[in-house]
Amino acid sequence: MPTPDELKQRIESALPGAEVQVQDLTGGGDHFRAEIVSERFTGLSPIEQHKLVYGVFGDEVGAAIHALSIKTSTP
Amino acid sequence: MENTQIREFLEQAIKDNEVMLFMKGTPEQPACGFSMRTAGALNALGVRYAALDVLPDQRIRQELSGLSGWPTIPQLFIGGELVGGCDIVMEMYEKGELAERLGADMPEDEDMEPAAAVDEMPVSNGPIPLENKLNR
Repeated sequence: MPTPDELKQRIESALPGAEVQVQDLTGGGDHFRAEIVSERFTGLSPIEQHKLVYGVFGDEVGAAIHALSIKTSTP
Repeated sequence: MENTQIREFLEQAIKDNEVMLFMKGTPEQPACGFSMRTAGALNALGVRYAALDVLPDQRIRQELSGLSGWPTIPQLFIGGELVGGCDIVMEMYEKGELAERLGADMPEDEDMEPAAAVDEMPVSNGPIPLENKLNR
């Protein structure tokens, strides 16, 4: 079961320099909320920003990670 | 039904319906909080939209994510283009961007939670029961 820390580290290594906060919304290890501030989002549409984050986890989103709520912004 | 037929159906639905929502459950009976909030935002704006329940056959979801590149449900398409899932749609709703994009007026009571509007909207206002076609 993934932990918030694990998700945070994986996002941080995919988006170096990003400020990442991950919460386990239910305590069940499958509904997460990630808030990410990264330079990488500059110039991207919200869709593209979220896809970048979903991309870190591939097929796990919708499977082991049942739900990943995302909030992205630029510094 | 073959997977390719499902995909063709989904592509056609996205093309034919200016506002197309793929969700878990229906606008009247959403089966997931994220789907409920997204449908609620559309209901609150009073726009006409088509909604398809992805739950009856898991291949609907697989094919949808395959063509949109978006892993989760709900997914909202406007004018044939993926606008986002629950987070993006709600953020756009709150900023008034969704109303603008859809040419709708924001509800006058700004404090109203979109989800609360689900029960208030007449069914005739939108949701087209596309799922029936896929279940045949």
